[in-house]
Amino acid sequence: MSAALPRTLVVVPAWNEAATVGEVIAEIKRQVDVDVLVVDDGSTDTTAEVASEAGALVARLPFNLGVGGAMRAGYRYALRHGYDVAVQVDADGQHDPADLPKLVAALDGADIVIGARFAHKEDTYSVRWLRWWAMLLLAWVLSRVTRTRLTDVTSGYRAANRRGMAAFARHYPAEYLGDTVESLVIAARLGCVIRQVPVTMRTRGGGRASHSPVRSAIYLARAVVALVLALTRRWDDE
Amino acid sequence: MSAPQVLGLVAALGGLVVLLELLRRRTLREKYALIWSVLLLVSLVGAIFPGMVYRLTDAIGLEVPANLIFFVAFLVLFGLSVQFSLELGRTEERVRTLAEELAILRLEVEQRNAPPTDSEPPVDEV
Repeated sequence: MSAALPRTLVVVPAWNEAATVGEVIAEIKRQVDVDVLVVDDGSTDTTAEVASEAGALVARLPFNLGVGGAMRAGYRYALRHGYDVAVQVDADGQHDPADLPKLVAALDGADIVIGARFAHKEDTYSVRWLRWWAMLLLAWVLSRVTRTRLTDVTSGYRAANRRGMAAFARHYPAEYLGDTVESLVIAARLGCVIRQVPVTMRTRGGGRASHSPVRSAIYLARAVVALVLALTRRWDDE
Repeated sequence: MSAPQVLGLVAALGGLVVLLELLRRRTLREKYALIWSVLLLVSLVGAIFPGMVYRLTDAIGLEVPANLIFFVAFLVLFGLSVQFSLELGRTEERVRTLAEELAILRLEVEQRNAPPTDSEPPVDEV
Protein backbone atom coordinates (compact mmCIF):
# COMPACT_ATOMS: atom_id res chain seq x y z
CA MET A 1 0.00 0.00 0.00
CA SER A 2 2.97 2.26 0.43
CA ALA A 3 3.36 3.20 -3.20
CA ALA A 4 5.18 6.49 -3.30
CA LEU A 5 2.68 9.20 -2.50
CA PRO A 6 3.16 12.70 -3.83
CA ARG A 7 4.32 15.15 -1.19
CA THR A 8 1.27 15.05 1.01
CA LEU A 9 0.16 17.03 4.03
CA VAL A 10 -2.64 15.64 6.16
CA VAL A 11 -4.52 18.49 7.81
CA VAL A 12 -6.38 17.63 10.98
CA PRO A 13 -8.64 20.36 12.36
CA ALA A 14 -8.97 19.76 16.09
CA TRP A 15 -10.99 21.48 18.75
CA ASN A 16 -10.67 19.93 22.21
CA GLU A 17 -9.88 16.51 20.80
CA ALA A 18 -7.03 15.60 23.15
CA ALA A 19 -8.63 12.22 23.81
CA THR A 20 -8.50 11.04 20.20
CA VAL A 21 -6.09 13.21 18.24
CA GLY A 22 -2.94 11.39 19.38
CA GLU A 23 -4.19 8.02 18.20
CA VAL A 24 -5.42 9.51 14.91
CA ILE A 25 -1.96 10.92 14.18
CA ALA A 26 -0.22 7.71 15.19
CA GLU A 27 -2.51 5.69 12.96
CA ILE A 28 -1.91 7.97 9.97
CA LYS A 29 1.84 7.78 10.48
CA ARG A 30 1.66 3.97 10.67
CA GLN A 31 -0.29 3.73 7.42
CA VAL A 32 1.40 6.29 5.20
CA ASP A 33 4.54 8.37 5.07
CA VAL A 34 3.13 11.87 5.20
CA ASP A 35 3.46 15.06 7.20
CA VAL A 36 0.59 15.71 9.56
CA LEU A 37 -0.50 19.22 10.46
CA VAL A 38 -2.90 19.58 13.34
CA VAL A 39 -4.67 22.92 13.35
CA ASP A 40 -5.57 23.46 16.97
CA ASP A 41 -8.73 25.51 16.78
CA GLY A 42 -8.43 27.36 20.07
CA SER A 43 -8.61 24.25 22.24
CA THR A 44 -8.73 24.65 26.00
CA ASP A 45 -7.46 21.12 26.64
CA THR A 46 -4.10 19.54 25.83
CA THR A 47 -4.84 18.91 22.12
CA ALA A 48 -1.77 20.84 20.95
CA GLU A 49 0.62 19.06 23.35
CA VAL A 50 -0.77 15.62 22.55
CA ALA A 51 -0.58 16.29 18.80
CA SER A 52 2.97 17.60 19.09
CA GLU A 53 4.11 14.56 21.07
CA ALA A 54 2.53 12.28 18.48
CA GLY A 55 4.83 13.84 15.90
CA ALA A 56 2.51 16.25 14.13
CA LEU A 57 3.16 19.84 13.20
CA VAL A 58 0.84 21.98 15.26
CA ALA A 59 -0.58 25.35 14.23
CA ARG A 60 -2.41 26.98 17.10
CA LEU A 61 -5.22 29.38 16.32
CA PRO A 62 -5.45 32.01 19.05
CA PHE A 63 -9.19 31.42 19.42
CA ASN A 64 -11.87 29.15 18.04
CA LEU A 65 -12.68 29.84 14.39
CA GLY A 66 -14.57 26.71 13.44
CA VAL A 67 -13.58 24.02 10.98
CA GLY A 68 -13.65 26.48 8.08
CA GLY A 69 -11.00 28.73 9.60
CA ALA A 70 -8.85 25.82 10.68
CA MET A 71 -8.96 24.25 7.24
CA ARG A 72 -8.26 27.47 5.42
CA ALA A 73 -5.15 27.94 7.54
CA GLY A 74 -4.17 24.35 6.80
CA TYR A 75 -4.58 24.71 3.05
CA ARG A 76 -2.63 27.93 3.09
CA TYR A 77 0.22 26.31 4.98
CA ALA A 78 0.23 23.40 2.53
CA LEU A 79 0.34 25.75 -0.45
CA ARG A 80 3.15 27.86 0.96
CA HIS A 81 5.27 24.90 1.89
CA GLY A 82 5.04 23.32 -1.52
CA TYR A 83 2.92 20.27 -0.79
CA ASP A 84 1.38 18.59 -3.84
CA VAL A 85 -1.61 17.20 -1.99
CA ALA A 86 -3.53 18.16 1.13
CA VAL A 87 -5.89 15.73 2.80
CA GLN A 88 -8.40 16.70 5.46
CA VAL A 89 -8.90 14.12 8.19
CA ASP A 90 -11.12 14.58 11.23
CA ALA A 91 -9.54 14.39 14.67
CA ASP A 92 -12.22 12.16 16.16
CA GLY A 93 -11.03 9.03 14.40
CA GLN A 94 -14.03 8.43 12.18
CA HIS A 95 -11.90 8.59 9.04
CA ASP A 96 -9.81 5.49 8.39
CA PRO A 97 -6.27 6.43 7.28
CA ALA A 98 -6.16 3.14 5.34
CA ASP A 99 -8.31 4.86 2.72
CA LEU A 100 -5.86 7.71 2.35
CA PRO A 101 -3.78 6.33 -0.54
CA LYS A 102 -7.02 5.59 -2.40
CA LEU A 103 -8.12 9.20 -2.02
CA VAL A 104 -4.76 10.54 -3.16
CA ALA A 105 -4.65 8.14 -6.10
CA ALA A 106 -8.06 9.36 -7.25
CA LEU A 107 -6.61 12.86 -7.62
CA ASP A 108 -5.28 11.60 -10.91
CA GLY A 109 -7.89 13.23 -13.10
CA ALA A 110 -9.54 15.29 -10.37
CA ASP A 111 -8.71 18.34 -8.29
CA ILE A 112 -10.75 17.37 -5.25
CA VAL A 113 -11.66 13.89 -4.06
CA ILE A 114 -14.29 13.28 -1.41
CA GLY A 115 -14.21 10.21 0.75
CA ALA A 116 -17.87 9.28 0.85
CA ARG A 117 -19.52 6.86 3.22
CA PHE A 118 -21.92 4.78 1.27
CA ALA A 119 -23.52 2.37 3.63
CA HIS A 120 -24.00 4.37 6.76
CA LYS A 121 -25.88 2.60 9.45
CA GLU A 122 -26.96 5.63 11.37
CA ASP A 123 -29.13 5.32 14.40
CA THR A 124 -32.77 5.47 13.55
CA TYR A 125 -33.90 8.74 14.97
CA SER A 126 -37.54 9.60 14.59
CA VAL A 127 -36.45 12.79 12.87
CA ARG A 128 -34.07 11.11 10.54
CA TRP A 129 -36.18 11.69 7.45
CA LEU A 130 -35.76 15.45 7.60
CA ARG A 131 -32.00 15.22 7.79
CA TRP A 132 -32.03 12.48 5.23
CA TRP A 133 -34.01 14.76 2.97
CA ALA A 134 -31.52 17.53 3.44
CA MET A 135 -28.67 15.20 2.53
CA LEU A 136 -30.47 13.96 -0.57
CA LEU A 137 -31.26 17.47 -1.72
CA LEU A 138 -27.70 18.65 -1.15
CA ALA A 139 -26.27 15.65 -2.94
CA TRP A 140 -28.63 16.10 -5.87
CA VAL A 141 -27.88 19.78 -6.36
CA LEU A 142 -24.14 19.32 -5.92
CA SER A 143 -24.06 16.42 -8.32
CA ARG A 144 -25.55 18.76 -10.86
CA VAL A 145 -23.15 21.58 -10.10
CA THR A 146 -20.07 19.37 -10.20
CA ARG A 147 -21.34 17.22 -13.10
CA THR A 148 -20.49 14.03 -11.28
CA ARG A 149 -22.44 11.68 -9.05
CA LEU A 150 -21.99 12.66 -5.42
CA THR A 151 -23.79 10.93 -2.59
CA ASP A 152 -22.12 12.23 0.55
CA VAL A 153 -21.41 15.91 0.23
CA THR A 154 -21.07 16.62 3.95
CA SER A 155 -18.10 14.33 4.34
CA GLY A 156 -15.07 16.03 5.85
CA TYR A 157 -12.70 13.41 4.47
CA ARG A 158 -11.26 14.92 1.31
CA ALA A 159 -8.09 15.29 -0.69
CA ALA A 160 -7.10 18.23 -2.87
CA ASN A 161 -4.29 18.87 -5.32
CA ARG A 162 -2.67 22.30 -5.60
CA ARG A 163 -5.50 23.63 -7.70
CA GLY A 164 -8.07 22.43 -5.18
CA MET A 165 -5.97 23.77 -2.31
CA ALA A 166 -5.77 27.17 -3.93
CA ALA A 167 -9.57 27.30 -4.28
CA PHE A 168 -10.02 26.28 -0.64
CA ALA A 169 -7.25 28.51 0.70
CA ARG A 170 -8.92 31.55 -0.76
CA HIS A 171 -12.58 30.81 -0.36
CA TYR A 172 -13.10 28.30 2.41
CA PRO A 173 -16.20 29.61 4.18
CA ALA A 174 -16.23 30.07 7.92
CA GLU A 175 -19.72 28.89 8.68
CA TYR A 176 -20.57 25.33 9.55
CA LEU A 177 -22.10 23.60 6.53
CA GLY A 178 -20.22 26.18 4.64
CA ASP A 179 -17.12 24.23 5.34
CA THR A 180 -18.34 21.12 3.57
CA VAL A 181 -21.18 21.92 1.20
CA GLU A 182 -20.45 25.48 0.18
CA SER A 183 -16.75 24.83 -0.32
CA LEU A 184 -17.64 22.22 -2.92
CA VAL A 185 -19.87 24.64 -4.79
CA ILE A 186 -17.11 27.22 -4.72
CA ALA A 187 -14.51 24.75 -5.92
CA ALA A 188 -16.78 23.54 -8.71
CA ARG A 189 -17.54 27.05 -9.82
CA LEU A 190 -13.85 27.86 -9.86
CA GLY A 191 -13.46 25.04 -12.35
CA CYS A 192 -12.15 22.27 -10.09
CA VAL A 193 -12.96 18.70 -11.06
CA ILE A 194 -14.56 16.86 -8.14
CA ARG A 195 -14.81 13.08 -7.67
CA GLN A 196 -15.87 10.84 -4.87
CA VAL A 197 -14.38 7.62 -3.63
CA PRO A 198 -16.14 5.17 -1.31
CA VAL A 199 -14.58 4.88 2.13
CA THR A 200 -15.54 3.19 5.33
CA MET A 201 -16.47 5.44 8.21
CA ARG A 202 -16.06 4.38 11.77
CA THR A 203 -18.24 5.48 14.63
CA ARG A 204 -16.64 8.39 16.31
CA GLY A 205 -15.30 8.20 19.81
CA GLY A 206 -17.20 11.05 21.35
CA GLY A 207 -20.55 10.68 19.62
CA ARG A 208 -22.38 13.27 17.57
CA ALA A 209 -24.83 15.62 19.15
CA SER A 210 -28.33 14.31 18.63
CA HIS A 211 -30.47 16.07 16.09
CA SER A 212 -33.77 17.39 17.32
CA PRO A 213 -36.49 18.18 14.77
CA VAL A 214 -35.85 21.88 15.19
CA ARG A 215 -32.15 21.45 14.58
CA SER A 216 -32.82 19.35 11.53
CA ALA A 217 -35.20 21.95 10.16
CA ILE A 218 -32.63 24.68 10.75
CA TYR A 219 -30.00 22.48 9.11
CA LEU A 220 -32.18 22.03 6.05
CA ALA A 221 -33.01 25.72 5.84
CA ARG A 222 -29.39 26.76 6.21
CA ALA A 223 -28.32 24.22 3.66
CA VAL A 224 -30.76 25.58 1.12
CA VAL A 225 -29.79 29.19 1.82
CA ALA A 226 -26.08 28.38 1.70
CA LEU A 227 -26.57 26.57 -1.60
CA VAL A 228 -28.62 29.29 -3.22
CA LEU A 229 -26.15 31.96 -2.13
CA ALA A 230 -23.14 29.96 -3.22
CA LEU A 231 -24.71 29.22 -6.58
CA THR A 232 -25.75 32.76 -7.36
CA ARG A 233 -22.69 34.53 -6.02
CA ARG A 234 -19.87 35.59 -8.29
CA TRP A 235 -16.52 33.97 -7.67
CA ASP A 236 -13.50 35.77 -8.98
CA ASP A 237 -11.45 33.17 -10.74
CA GLU A 238 -7.75 33.43 -10.28
CA MET B 1 -41.26 77.76 22.89
CA SER B 2 -43.46 74.73 23.23
CA ALA B 3 -42.62 71.68 25.30
CA PRO B 4 -41.90 69.36 22.32
CA GLN B 5 -39.60 72.00 20.91
CA VAL B 6 -37.61 72.25 24.13
CA LEU B 7 -37.45 68.46 24.34
CA GLY B 8 -36.15 68.14 20.80
CA LEU B 9 -33.65 70.91 21.34
CA VAL B 10 -32.29 69.45 24.57
CA ALA B 11 -32.02 65.95 23.07
CA ALA B 12 -30.26 67.12 19.91
CA LEU B 13 -27.85 69.39 21.81
CA GLY B 14 -27.16 66.68 24.39
CA GLY B 15 -26.38 64.25 21.58
CA LEU B 16 -23.97 66.69 19.98
CA VAL B 17 -22.17 67.21 23.28
CA VAL B 18 -21.77 63.45 23.75
CA LEU B 19 -20.44 63.13 20.19
CA LEU B 20 -17.92 65.91 20.69
CA GLU B 21 -16.74 64.38 23.93
CA LEU B 22 -16.31 60.95 22.34
CA LEU B 23 -14.40 62.50 19.46
CA ARG B 24 -12.22 64.42 21.87
CA ARG B 25 -11.34 61.19 23.67
CA ARG B 26 -10.65 59.55 20.31
CA THR B 27 -12.99 56.66 21.11
CA LEU B 28 -15.29 57.50 18.20
CA ARG B 29 -13.97 57.50 14.69
CA GLU B 30 -14.72 60.47 12.48
CA LYS B 31 -16.46 58.49 9.79
CA TYR B 32 -19.13 57.41 12.27
CA ALA B 33 -19.25 60.76 14.01
CA LEU B 34 -20.05 62.41 10.69
CA ILE B 35 -23.20 60.36 10.14
CA TRP B 36 -24.45 60.94 13.66
CA SER B 37 -23.71 64.66 13.73
CA VAL B 38 -25.54 65.17 10.42
CA LEU B 39 -28.57 63.38 11.86
CA LEU B 40 -28.44 65.39 15.06
CA LEU B 41 -28.13 68.66 13.15
CA VAL B 42 -31.17 67.77 11.03
CA SER B 43 -33.21 67.03 14.16
CA LEU B 44 -31.92 70.23 15.75
CA VAL B 45 -33.20 72.21 12.78
CA GLY B 46 -36.49 70.35 13.01
CA ALA B 47 -36.80 71.20 16.70
CA ILE B 48 -36.10 74.92 16.17
CA PHE B 49 -38.28 75.29 13.07
CA PRO B 50 -41.21 72.88 13.49
CA GLY B 51 -42.91 74.67 10.62
CA MET B 52 -40.58 72.95 8.19
CA VAL B 53 -41.64 69.54 9.43
CA TYR B 54 -45.33 70.47 9.05
CA ARG B 55 -44.84 71.77 5.54
CA LEU B 56 -42.88 68.68 4.52
CA THR B 57 -45.64 66.47 5.97
CA ASP B 58 -48.23 68.33 3.91
CA ALA B 59 -46.10 68.20 0.79
CA ILE B 60 -45.76 64.42 1.01
CA GLY B 61 -49.44 64.05 1.85
CA LEU B 62 -49.21 62.65 5.34
CA GLU B 63 -51.72 63.61 8.06
CA VAL B 64 -49.59 63.54 11.19
CA PRO B 65 -46.05 64.98 11.31
CA ALA B 66 -45.08 62.38 13.93
CA ASN B 67 -45.62 59.67 11.32
CA LEU B 68 -43.16 61.35 8.99
CA ILE B 69 -40.59 61.59 11.76
CA PHE B 70 -41.03 57.94 12.77
CA PHE B 71 -40.86 56.80 9.18
CA VAL B 72 -37.68 58.71 8.46
CA ALA B 73 -36.17 57.67 11.78
CA PHE B 74 -36.94 54.03 11.03
CA LEU B 75 -35.36 54.20 7.60
CA VAL B 76 -32.24 55.92 8.87
CA LEU B 77 -31.77 53.52 11.79
CA PHE B 78 -32.35 50.52 9.55
CA GLY B 79 -29.80 51.77 7.08
CA LEU B 80 -27.27 52.38 9.82
CA SER B 81 -27.80 48.94 11.33
CA VAL B 82 -27.21 47.28 7.98
CA GLN B 83 -24.12 49.42 7.51
CA PHE B 84 -22.79 48.37 10.92
CA SER B 85 -23.52 44.71 10.21
CA LEU B 86 -21.46 45.03 7.04
CA GLU B 87 -18.61 46.69 8.86
CA LEU B 88 -18.74 44.06 11.60
CA GLY B 89 -18.74 41.25 9.08
CA ARG B 90 -15.77 42.71 7.30
CA THR B 91 -13.94 43.16 10.58
CA GLU B 92 -14.69 39.57 11.61
CA GLU B 93 -13.35 38.30 8.31
CA ARG B 94 -10.18 40.30 8.78
CA VAL B 95 -9.72 39.08 12.34
CA ARG B 96 -10.24 35.53 11.13
CA THR B 97 -7.65 35.90 8.41
CA LEU B 98 -5.18 37.42 10.88
CA ALA B 99 -5.74 34.59 13.34
CA GLU B 100 -5.03 32.04 10.60
CA GLU B 101 -1.91 33.88 9.51
CA LEU B 102 -0.77 34.11 13.12
CA ALA B 103 -1.15 30.37 13.63
CA ILE B 104 0.85 29.64 10.49
CA LEU B 105 3.57 32.14 11.39
CA ARG B 106 3.86 30.80 14.92
CA LEU B 107 4.34 27.30 13.57
CA GLU B 108 6.97 28.53 11.13
CA VAL B 109 8.83 30.40 13.86
CA GLU B 110 8.78 27.31 16.07
CA GLN B 111 10.10 25.19 13.22
CA ARG B 112 12.94 27.63 12.68
CA ASN B 113 13.84 27.89 16.35
CA ALA B 114 13.77 24.17 16.96
CA PRO B 115 15.34 22.23 14.08
CA PRO B 116 14.53 18.50 14.03
CA THR B 117 18.15 17.59 14.74
CA ASP B 118 18.38 18.12 18.49
CA SER B 119 22.15 18.54 18.54
CA GLU B 120 21.98 21.98 20.02
CA PRO B 121 19.32 23.27 22.36
CA PRO B 122 17.36 26.12 20.81
CA VAL B 123 17.86 29.66 22.01
CA ASP B 124 16.28 29.99 25.42
CA GLU B 125 12.70 30.97 25.10
CA VAL B 126 10.00 31.52 27.67
